[in-house]
Amino acid sequence: MLLYSKLKEKEKILNNDLITENWWVSPLLVLLGLLSFVAYSTWAAWQGEHFWWSAGNEGFGGYLSPFYSPTVYIDPSKSGVPPMNHALLGTWPEWLWWLPGQSPAWLILIFPLSFRFTCYYYRKAYYRAFSLNPPACAVTPIKGIPSKVSDITNNKIKIFNSGKRYDGEAGLLILQNIHRYAMYFAVIFIFILSYDAFLAFFNNGKFGIGVGTVILTINPILLGCYTFGCHSIRHLIGGNLDCYSCSLYKDKVNHNSWKIVTFLNRRHQLFAWLSLIWVGLSDVYVRLVSMGIVNDINTWGI
Amino acid sequence: MKERDFKIYRGDNERGELVNYKCKVTEGMVVLDVIHRIQADKANDLACRWNCKAGKCGSCSIEINGKPRLACMTRMNEFNEEEKIVITPLKSFPVLKDIVSDVSWNYEQNKKIIPFSPSKKDKEKDFVMMQKDVDRVQHFRKCIECYLCQNMCHVLRDNEGKEKFSGPRYMTRLASLEMHPMDKADRIADIKDVHGSGMCNITRCCTEVCPEEIQITDDAIIPLKERVIDRFYDPIMIFFRKIFGKN
Repeated sequence: MLLYSKLKEKEKILNNDLITENWWVSPLLVLLGLLSFVAYSTWAAWQGEHFWWSAGNEGFGGYLSPFYSPTVYIDPSKSGVPPMNHALLGTWPEWLWWLPGQSPAWLILIFPLSFRFTCYYYRKAYYRAFSLNPPACAVTPIKGIPSKVSDITNNKIKIFNSGKRYDGEAGLLILQNIHRYAMYFAVIFIFILSYDAFLAFFNNGKFGIGVGTVILTINPILLGCYTFGCHSIRHLIGGNLDCYSCSLYKDKVNHNSWKIVTFLNRRHQLFAWLSLIWVGLSDVYVRLVSMGIVNDINTWGI
Repeated sequence: MKERDFKIYRGDNERGELVNYKCKVTEGMVVLDVIHRIQADKANDLACRWNCKAGKCGSCSIEINGKPRLACMTRMNEFNEEEKIVITPLKSFPVLKDIVSDVSWNYEQNKKIIPFSPSKKDKEKDFVMMQKDVDRVQHFRKCIECYLCQNMCHVLRDNEGKEKFSGPRYMTRLASLEMHPMDKADRIADIKDVHGSGMCNITRCCTEVCPEEIQITDDAIIPLKERVIDRFYDPIMIFFRKIFGKN
């Protein structure tokens, strides 16, 4: 007991009060950034309408919001939805009556969401900003939701996964190991969204370019830079090898691919945020144009 | 020459206090110079570990205003003139005296690692390796064992994980051995069970603090975690290994 109280004395000196920099700025920005995205994307997915614009034309081409791509089912009674030939499986089925807003976004958002949730960059971001264990480097973890400031300073609060109970990603969070499977689906989405970008170059079968075309073309490029810089791809494409020069194939294919992925991987955080913001903006733009609030400037003259 | 305020931890692991000192700071001084000047002028019994004063020996790891740093690489002109600078020992390790910490726990972790194990055949003949094969390994060899990453890692610092996790420094060493083209030992099960790769939750503070700018998280810990996934958590990989053999 005597030793415990003495150790407490030492720990009292080596506490957060010594830190003079504003360590809370970065986790706060991440917290606000991620919460805003989650709030907007949930609202946007809930709507189930105004995610398509083709100026009422039924021919090939149009703008499709990335939140709704691919459109598995379409409810044609809603406004701002693509023509029925865009639906993968047809009209909205009876048995999905319980999905909020009869929105096809709910059926596909789990894929990009699981990829981002298990991403090695986002783990850093949300562990710091949400679990606050630690909120920033060398800052003592804030344990639990305090009811008053003195709860933090007196170290009274303890929550799951902190202190002796901390088990990192060896306990419940062992689920993070599905990241590479989430990545396989995320790669498929890059191709789907690239097709949507191609679609955005047409309206009623006629080639053209509009502001939406540019926005929806940049979207898969940024998402591609983020997805193809993934740590799991970096491992599977060549990081798992110990000797590149041992075979010509490994030398030319694996090592060169690994170098390209490494280039993107070094900028994973940058592309994680750019692609997140851009995918949100793409939905905002398509929604505003579809609702008639914004007029798309384009070469079709519509 | 301006006289500035410092607070230095004086004591041992059980008892200690922050003692105020004043020291004249001249242009070009680093924090280690300040410690030496205080040691010479005001506190002859102040304990301080140092060696090269060039950021290459890793001896002078301390905490400056609560942040783990090398005393010899922290320039005084980084701080505002009025700012009081607090110098404390590494929080994650026991204090020997004043700002000198006992880092022997780290050496114990090192002993748990299966050493470099080339095959007999490779040892006998000249093994040729290309630069591209050893780029990754050489990157890890920059480590100066200052243990700032071990001190910064929240698993060891705040979450009492010393029995479950060897820490970022040894993840780096394990990666340098695992990725070595000549090495034949299998450490994957050890990385998961003995060294506790699952304890790391990618908070990346080890990378932020590394004075040698080793990409500890991206280049060592995550690749090792991925190798552990290959072996233990990826059903497709496990299935293929069962059918086509080890490789």
